Amino acid sequence: MLLTRLKAGGPAIAKQGILIAFIVFMIVFALMSDRFLTTANIMSVFRQATIIGVIALGVTIVVIGGNLDLSVGSMLSFATVLVVDLHDKIGPELAIPVMVAATLCLGAINGFLIGILRLNSLIVTLGMLSAIQGLVLIYSGGQNVDIADQSGTWFAIFGRGAIFGIATPIIIFLGLALIFHVIMTTMPFGRRVHAVGGNPTASVFSGIPRSRIVFMTYLISALCVAVAAIILGSRVMGSQNNVGQGYELQVLAAVILGGTSLLGGSGSILRTVLGVLMLAFIQNGLILMGQPYYTQWLVTWAVIIIAVWLDVAAKRGRLFSPIA
Amino acid sequence: MSDAREPALRLKGIVKTFPGVRALDGVDFEVMPGEVHALLGENGAGKSTLMKVLAGMYQPNEGQIIIGGKPVQMTNPIEAKSQGVVLIHQELSLVPEMSAAENIYLGELPRKSFGRVDWKTLEERSNAILKRLKCRFRAEATVAQLSIANQQMVEIARALTVDARVVVFDEPTASLTDAEKVVLFDIINDLKSQGVGIVYISHRMDEIFTLSDRITVLRDGAYRGTLTTAETNEDEVTRLMIGRSLDLSRNEAAPNFGETMLEVRGLTCAGLFEDVSFTVRTGEIVGFYGLVGAGRTEIAETLFGLRTPTSGEIWVDGQKVEITSPRDAIALGVSLVPENRKEQGLVLQMNCRDNMTLPQVQDLTAGPFVAKGSEIAIFDQYRDKLAIKTPSWRQPTAVLSGGNQQKIVIGKWLSMQPRVLIVDEPTRGIDVGSKSEIHNLLRELAGQGYAVIVISSEMPEVLRVSDRIVAMYHGKIMREFTIDDVTEDSLVQAISGIAAAEPA
Repeated sequence: MLLTRLKAGGPAIAKQGILIAFIVFMIVFALMSDRFLTTANIMSVFRQATIIGVIALGVTIVVIGGNLDLSVGSMLSFATVLVVDLHDKIGPELAIPVMVAATLCLGAINGFLIGILRLNSLIVTLGMLSAIQGLVLIYSGGQNVDIADQSGTWFAIFGRGAIFGIATPIIIFLGLALIFHVIMTTMPFGRRVHAVGGNPTASVFSGIPRSRIVFMTYLISALCVAVAAIILGSRVMGSQNNVGQGYELQVLAAVILGGTSLLGGSGSILRTVLGVLMLAFIQNGLILMGQPYYTQWLVTWAVIIIAVWLDVAAKRGRLFSPIA
Repeated sequence: MSDAREPALRLKGIVKTFPGVRALDGVDFEVMPGEVHALLGENGAGKSTLMKVLAGMYQPNEGQIIIGGKPVQMTNPIEAKSQGVVLIHQELSLVPEMSAAENIYLGELPRKSFGRVDWKTLEERSNAILKRLKCRFRAEATVAQLSIANQQMVEIARALTVDARVVVFDEPTASLTDAEKVVLFDIINDLKSQGVGIVYISHRMDEIFTLSDRITVLRDGAYRGTLTTAETNEDEVTRLMIGRSLDLSRNEAAPNFGETMLEVRGLTCAGLFEDVSFTVRTGEIVGFYGLVGAGRTEIAETLFGLRTPTSGEIWVDGQKVEITSPRDAIALGVSLVPENRKEQGLVLQMNCRDNMTLPQVQDLTAGPFVAKGSEIAIFDQYRDKLAIKTPSWRQPTAVLSGGNQQKIVIGKWLSMQPRVLIVDEPTRGIDVGSKSEIHNLLRELAGQGYAVIVISSEMPEVLRVSDRIVAMYHGKIMREFTIDDVTEDSLVQAISGIAAAEPA
């Protein structure tokens, strides 16, 4: 099975490029810092990666469906501010469902404009990025919010708690990843998302409700943001107005690193998980090596370029090609 | 004309391998100056690879390219062009936003000082070339606004910017009307009389026999022989090409027509077609024949719920129905195998099985999951029934030949157990061997009681498969023939709008 896949796909190194690069990075960092490969460090990186990770799961599905979602960063700010602010006003048992519903409404706006009206997803979600940031500031009046009684609320379980010794955020992230992986690979919905992203015209000619499928992908993306907001709000017990700023690009980086094609139609949830972890460990490794945190931006960029290059090379069977 | 005995181009023992595939296995080919040499072979026989070697896009592993008596090495298309070898692509490779003139001289625009483009010279030269090609549009026109045929002319004009020794035409008539073909053939004869060697690749036998002096046949990447056109016939060429004789006879089994399955009354879609009425019975194939743009595809799309009619009625199996989406159509048992299989028929990167079950995947479930067993059973059934050649259902459909791709699309709709099957241009871009297989298949389907509509722009195809033929011109049905009373002349007249529509 593996052998035939390698034969069909070109150079073996390119085919598993991301996995190999991941291992190389881990080895390098382990050699450079003796704190890197400790259980405490690994769990801590993992836990911090869950916010980007959960959002990246939803965005992977949007991208497989042939679209982009750049509004997730602002949406995260919105959802986190809302759930934290409402926590003290109406209690967590109401704050959570209200926030989830409001966030889903934002996803529905994306889904309506892109799925039903067929507007370009880049433009729509870029617009939503600023629009939602504005909405947050109007809602909060520019004030940051926080939860007064930080030790007495069960809301803390999502960000700070642990089950069987494993941090709750990690369980939520991996659980969601597993569910979405199963949906995308074994259920009719997943098949139809792949079809719509791979060839929207042929999908319509096959009787697939393209608009509805695209709409659904944006609802899923918004749902993931809402879950991430619960983890983030619970961990910080407060929120800045712009807490999610720039997340959309980190999320997209993880998705691309995981090998999901920006052209739509192909991609994998599990590989996105790998992309998320790789980004997180690179950032952590650089910090442990004493690099200022902004070096990670340069390194991340380089890693993405190499990953995309290897991916393309694997598809055409060699590293350079005069024709596409 | 230079020394007539020296070939303008000679390829000797060309071998080209890709990982796991020997695409060309010692191919010889030559073109004399002033000769039209046709290159024939089924899809996948190696024609395109050979031409890419010739154009410098691929480097051969073995063999020699000799131009004008000198062995040459070509590492890119620009080098090939400077050697006088010009390739006119089957798929248009123009920049649609630029003018015809800019496209004609793309990459070699005439310059003034400081590298500025010399627009005046550019347009003068381009217009001169277009005039030579008898084109009626100006070089200043934007390519996107030209018809496909005129775009093809721009592509040809490109070839004439250099002193070409050899011009390769790869399926040049695929998108041309009959009138435009005549112009193209004039151009080819014109080039020929100037001593240019022409390589002509086409699936259409009639064209090859009209135009060519010699025919070289490839099969499975290997050279199968060169024939002098005047001394051979279609049968011999076909046998070389597919390794067996072709059954071109009509299936004469007595048709067994049943009830009227589809009836269309006065269907109109403003601006596209008007007052269209016809019926299709079970066990019957009704052929829709007409020129490109006559409104046939639009009728099919309306029946499949992709367009909304402005007036008229559709009846399926005796019931008046409203079809507002493909899902409505599918639920009523109306299926459409669309015109363009790569854009409308298949999700190319998806595997064969998933493509085939796509319209019904939400119903093929075990609990919440897709029932892979049922899927594979469906795939196996139609792979066997339609003789689809693929190593496994895991193959992405992108790598299949045109004929097998088309069979996947047909299988996809047959597995939905349709009552009405509409097939739009069933064999466009498909080689002769697979073509006749698909024709036989359509006849078999009718024999099994399907009501079938076949839309085609090829007269031999319509005549071969249809029981009745509906001739269309400018969105209207001009005339309806039964297969017994049709003649080629009357059919041509009807689709050109020469004969007035006869009262039914």
